[in-house]
Amino acid sequence: MTTMTIAKAINAGLHRTLSEDPKTLLMGEDIGSLGGVYRVTEGLKAEFGADRVVDTPLAESGIIGTAIGLALRGYRPICEIQFDGFVFPGFNQITTQLAKIHARAAGQLTTGVVIRIPYGGGIGSIEHHSESPEALFAHTAGLRIITPSNPHDAYWMTQQAVQCPDPVIIFEPKKRYWLKGEVDTEQPAADPFTAQVLREGQDATLLAYGPLLPVALAAANAAEQDGRSVEVIDLRSLSPIDFDTITESVRKTGRLLIAHEAPTFGGLGGEIAARISERAFYSLHSPVIRIGGFHMPYPVAKVEEQYLPDIDRILEALDRALAY
Amino acid sequence: MSTAHLPRTEAEQLSGNPAQRVEARHQQGAEDASREVLQLLAPDGGRRQNSTFSPFAEALSSAQLRQFYRDMALARRFDQEATALQRQGELAMWVPMVGQEAAQVGSGRASRPEDYLFPTYREHAVAMTRGVNPSQLLGLFRGVSHGGWDPRQNNFHLYTLVLAAQTLHAVGYAMGVQRDRAAGLTESPAVLAYFGDGSSSEGDVHESMVFAASFQAPVVFFCQNNRWAISVPFSVQSRVPLAQRAAGYGFPGLRVDGNDVLAVYAASQWALEHARSGAGPVLIEAETYRLGAHTTADDPSKYRGSDEEEQWRLRDPLLRLETLLRAEGHADDAFFDDLGQEGDQLASDVRREVLAMVNPDLRASFANVYAQQHPLIAEELAWLEEYEAGFVTEGE
Repeated sequence: MTTMTIAKAINAGLHRTLSEDPKTLLMGEDIGSLGGVYRVTEGLKAEFGADRVVDTPLAESGIIGTAIGLALRGYRPICEIQFDGFVFPGFNQITTQLAKIHARAAGQLTTGVVIRIPYGGGIGSIEHHSESPEALFAHTAGLRIITPSNPHDAYWMTQQAVQCPDPVIIFEPKKRYWLKGEVDTEQPAADPFTAQVLREGQDATLLAYGPLLPVALAAANAAEQDGRSVEVIDLRSLSPIDFDTITESVRKTGRLLIAHEAPTFGGLGGEIAARISERAFYSLHSPVIRIGGFHMPYPVAKVEEQYLPDIDRILEALDRALAY
Repeated sequence: MSTAHLPRTEAEQLSGNPAQRVEARHQQGAEDASREVLQLLAPDGGRRQNSTFSPFAEALSSAQLRQFYRDMALARRFDQEATALQRQGELAMWVPMVGQEAAQVGSGRASRPEDYLFPTYREHAVAMTRGVNPSQLLGLFRGVSHGGWDPRQNNFHLYTLVLAAQTLHAVGYAMGVQRDRAAGLTESPAVLAYFGDGSSSEGDVHESMVFAASFQAPVVFFCQNNRWAISVPFSVQSRVPLAQRAAGYGFPGLRVDGNDVLAVYAASQWALEHARSGAGPVLIEAETYRLGAHTTADDPSKYRGSDEEEQWRLRDPLLRLETLLRAEGHADDAFFDDLGQEGDQLASDVRREVLAMVNPDLRASFANVYAQQHPLIAEELAWLEEYEAGFVTEGE
């Protein structure tokens, strides 16, 4: 057991991957000598060289498109997109090419490309630096999407993504890069494509992922002061979604709250709500309630705290659910 | 009236007929050394000399020259049959390549088996030179497959319909080749990336050339400039010959007569060798002409004059090679007669094989969405099975 931040855990996970598998390489803008704008790749170029930690030209489509070609040649590229809002120049390559090659080739080709994307708000940055575009990718068949919320998961999920033969996008909660926690480098994390119950409860299930996990746990603690028992699930995988774990929890608690930073409209919360109402309709004591961002471009930093789901908004949603 | 303020196409419509404009552009190209078009086999069937490239053409045996003609003739016959199949409702769409046989056969035959080729969706003759069964090219267009062949078998990638996306895949693949070579895992294959004049406007072509130059990737960009991106003429894509753009990226650009199979072969050999040697990428612009429609869904008479097409028919790649073969005694009437019969047999085989293609079961589409088991796929497939089983029960 060793204590480290999420950023350091990802760095350590990448280091281990590069050490163990000569076919892996990192690609991205400023990831080499600088170590990435968040220093997640710090020190890796010095150790593994410029051919394994590739500072690419400033071109997101180029990064993803060439990674696809490298994967077709048998390599395992791990791409970094510098910020969430800058993934869109690469969106075409991700959705029309990367996601579909295995199906188009009737299974003859696989492209196990990993794409790391720092995402989410709350860091006081300017536009295009705080977005949560995960639903746009989750809607695309062929992609897998995971998001760690703690250093242990970050360390292992990074390595597990590389092991997966399918393309995997890792949305990294950038606001939590400096969140510290224990990492067991001997004991792998659970299957990255499953959800985990982080806190047991009886009255309602609170589902969150990535940057909102600390908020969700704090809200559950606050609710406990009021005598309410809230179960907290870390979704971890956004595609596939582990509906079995969620369903089991909702059958127990009868209520479901889903919190994410992305706008609620068309977001993953809606998909989860619909599926759970199909799967556990007779177990539900109240409608599934979503807590998320508003239908607007991510707002300017000075008002983002009002935009982002916080403890109070989660507790307000809990009150509504319990009122039924 | 000044036409300077008009968009280029409108200005061109006001400045003479299209054939004259095409001619004028070629004249200009011949006069300007920086825009010189490599030609080793003239439209009249005579050889032309070039100190760098003629040796590649002169090394070709009679058998190889006949092979080039055979490739082009069979590809054309196949293409005609596919067009007929589409007209008869057997294919949803077809993208004819008639007119571009030399550009495709010359480049395809210049490649080695260990090279890897990334086509667009019109490289039917290239596919045939790589040994892909032409019938397999039709599954995509018949609606029974998104691919249809194993890309690894002939190192010929699947067609890509999103314009220019494959140029980046080619560069990435070439970057992988570089790493394999550094690790002593492979000899020195090169990668060929096909695209068209329309695609040259896509950002991915630009990014692929930036990456290729930055990393000196062993890739040859092969642009078939067939003058028309569906209905939009080349003049709207570029104000300069595309080959000139290579200089901006810092690698060689070759402008060749794309209807001259010898020039295309020589330029491709030179470029592939350049890439294999570790000297970095090359761009080849093969100037050719799509004699037919972009696809069977469009009508060229709506956007270009028949006189332009007629002008280009005079540059037919098959006619000029036939003239050479006969003039230099490489082939006689019997060769061409036999080839005609071979073409008819090929067409008949293709027709039979296409008509025999079985519609896939939708269940098969669930199988390869992911390489690793995925619960949503399993859930939705189970739902479909149960739903369809319900109909069977009711019918019984």
